[in-house]
Amino acid sequence: MSIIKAENISFTYSQGTSLEKTAVDNVSFSIEKGELVGVIGHTGSGKSTLVQLLNGLLKPTSGKIFFNGNDIWAEPKKIRSLRFNVGMVFQYPEYQLFEETVYKDVAFGPANMGLSQDEIEQKVLNAIRFVGLKENILSKSPFDLSGGEKRRVAIAGVIAMDPQVLILDEPTAGLDPHGRDVLLSQILDYHKTKNNSVILVSHNMEDIAQNANRTMVLSDSKLVMLDDTAKIFSRVNELEQIGLQVPQITKIMSLLREQGFPVSKSVLTVQQALKEIVNLTKGADPFL
Amino acid sequence: MTNITFGQYFPTNSIIHRLDPRTKILSAIGCIITIFLCKNAVNLALMSAFVLTSIKLSDISVKIYLKSLKMVLFVVIVTSVLNVFYGQGEPIFQLGFMCITLDGIKNSIYIAVRIFLLILVSSLLTFTTSPTDLTDGLGQLLKFLYKFKINVYDLAMMMSIALRFIPTLLEETTKITNAQKARGADLESGNLKQRIKALIPILVPLFVSAFRRAYDLAVAMECRCYIGGKTRTRMKILKFKPADMWTFVVLILLFSLVLTANLVGIFW
Repeated sequence: MSIIKAENISFTYSQGTSLEKTAVDNVSFSIEKGELVGVIGHTGSGKSTLVQLLNGLLKPTSGKIFFNGNDIWAEPKKIRSLRFNVGMVFQYPEYQLFEETVYKDVAFGPANMGLSQDEIEQKVLNAIRFVGLKENILSKSPFDLSGGEKRRVAIAGVIAMDPQVLILDEPTAGLDPHGRDVLLSQILDYHKTKNNSVILVSHNMEDIAQNANRTMVLSDSKLVMLDDTAKIFSRVNELEQIGLQVPQITKIMSLLREQGFPVSKSVLTVQQALKEIVNLTKGADPFL
Repeated sequence: MTNITFGQYFPTNSIIHRLDPRTKILSAIGCIITIFLCKNAVNLALMSAFVLTSIKLSDISVKIYLKSLKMVLFVVIVTSVLNVFYGQGEPIFQLGFMCITLDGIKNSIYIAVRIFLLILVSSLLTFTTSPTDLTDGLGQLLKFLYKFKINVYDLAMMMSIALRFIPTLLEETTKITNAQKARGADLESGNLKQRIKALIPILVPLFVSAFRRAYDLAVAMECRCYIGGKTRTRMKILKFKPADMWTFVVLILLFSLVLTANLVGIFW
């Protein structure tokens, strides 16, 4: 059974006024347990609205969302418990830190779940380890940390709730390339260890191409593609038509194909590309 | 939040919108004074007609004005009801110490009309004048205070910055609230103490970000060599136009009419 299922969900901001704007338009999909799904789309294509619908921060104007087979809005008063199961890391999450110490801030989520002190401590320590921070940071004030550390602490604050689905909205925005790679690999580690589902929203096609099992493409509030990541990125022309770019290496390979070289359509990483090109040149005259 | 219309700006290109902000500020003050000088029904009717005509000229939906009236409806009802019992003269109805007179009823109706007109006039001012124009006009009108060592220009700048940041901070509040709700913050239930405590996770980040923004803005202003005060020139220079003249003429006429009607009223 799929862990999250959306059935014809739509969401309209300021419905009934002159400012009415549909941000999500009749979208259906399902996400399986243990899957890492990437969400790509233009600015304003409805990505952020869509993920906020999934953890009940917004209520769909029409359509239904199921978590483990249960309609999440069946009992509106219990929506809070859904948020513990569908964890959400917002864009620039470092701006939500508020406690005196890192420990207290990370413990905010688990404490809201009503866990015992021992359990909370266990979860905080685990979460901090997953995002690659040392324990000595726990007694520091979150406001004294560097930008990258703050981001990790904020992400740890959501991971500490042990959600079955983890939604990350542009988790690497504003980080340097090294910080981005490290953070992504930690998220991936976490995902593999816990075997939970992860929804990764990103502008960065490389991030999605390298990590996601499946990818959703949103354009103009509509879900236009949902397929295996490799298949999605092999549709270079369609993606470019809606103003999205494919990873650079995929683009190079697609240009090679256009030039008549028989390379695979669905190359997502430099390693794969290297293999393809080596195969191609095998047995060929090196001076050709 | 979106239901609060009072103090908002609704851009259209009406005659009223195009008036000089100084004219609008002075007229609003003039109108309010005149409204309080009205002592009889004729005068109030006159002022109501004037305000309603201005509303019609402002090209903004009447619904929006009604919304701002709705906010004070409660206050109006309470003051009117209280005033019913404070009239003098022949009682027409008496119950214990409470007595209702014709005078009292008349008074309470007048007061209700006055408050409504008051709100309409101030709404008219803020609906048709952008915050920047408003502070500009206010700064120009208070220029004379500069002679008394009060830096009006800095005050005007502060006011426009404050107004500029209201929507930004509102947006920020929504974002932070959502982020904390996603971590299970409970803002909707509990007693007063718990509810106040639940606000801490929202207020702390909000203040931190407000200070950060203030600091960034200060640095940006310094980088562009901002110096407040008299020597600063402006891009949009306020200039009185014929329409402004006419507004003043109409207002002075109205004012004298009200005064005369009041005087005549004495001899009735």
